[in-house]
Amino acid sequence: MSNAVSALNGASFKGSVAIKDVGLQGMITLRGDFKSAVLAKAVKAATGTAVPETGQILHSTKGSAAWMSPDELLLLVDYTNVDAVIAKLDKALSGEHALVVNVSDARALFEIKGVATRDIIAKGSPADMNKDALPVGMIRRSRLGQLPVAFWMDDEKTARMVCFRSVGEHVFTWLKNASKKGNLPKYHT
Amino acid sequence: MLLLNCPYCGIDADETELEAGGEAHITRHGAGASDDDFETYMFMRKNPKGVHFERWRHAYGCGKWFHAARCTMTLEVFGTYSAQTLEPPKTLINKIKKKRPNWEGFVK
Repeated sequence: MSNAVSALNGASFKGSVAIKDVGLQGMITLRGDFKSAVLAKAVKAATGTAVPETGQILHSTKGSAAWMSPDELLLLVDYTNVDAVIAKLDKALSGEHALVVNVSDARALFEIKGVATRDIIAKGSPADMNKDALPVGMIRRSRLGQLPVAFWMDDEKTARMVCFRSVGEHVFTWLKNASKKGNLPKYHT
Repeated sequence: MLLLNCPYCGIDADETELEAGGEAHITRHGAGASDDDFETYMFMRKNPKGVHFERWRHAYGCGKWFHAARCTMTLEVFGTYSAQTLEPPKTLINKIKKKRPNWEGFVK
């Protein structure tokens, strides 16, 4: 068995905010009908959360469920547990029109920490980073520079950002560059 | 900067997050259609100065297609609506008529 590593293998950087590659994170794409009770039950069993409302991300001790589109969820679970969770989801959704895919090794996950976190993201994304527009508990799919990313605030100072693994290094370099000391736009601080 | 509200995720997305899909509500003519019908479907597009119905995709967001009604001259956005429809909703048409009394109405 090969040795699994995340996109940047745990790299970190400290500028006006602290950026780090979170490491291995189990991620599952689930597509299906959100109104279905069977799907709601399967999500509950997988992540311990309900099916999120539009734009929401829900957390529990078992994992998180994020709203990606009207028929797509991103489930975050423990990396070592992904295969077991997927087997359970597949079984629970066997009669449903649904799709479950393991995307853990196809995505990169970064954590951005510091008071300037909202500023740093606002530098590269057209998303409204205001507290009212993106409060804790909401997820936003948007772009950073020219790359599609999704991000949410874990708390007022901490954001998490998911992107495709193939562009993980670019996103990390981009964030490093953006958080060089002394060039903050100060929209949100 | 064009801001369109995505009816699926409720976000005011700016045009850099979107992908333009051209004119909306075009009737598709495929194999077996007459030459005239196919030509109209393939090549003929409206180019109005004023109210225009368009398709857009929230490419960097939820990835869904939706419809938008806007003015090609002032860039005013009258509204956006779901892609699962063959014509604009009545409420939107009435709203546009109020703002543009001389508009000839929605023509397919």
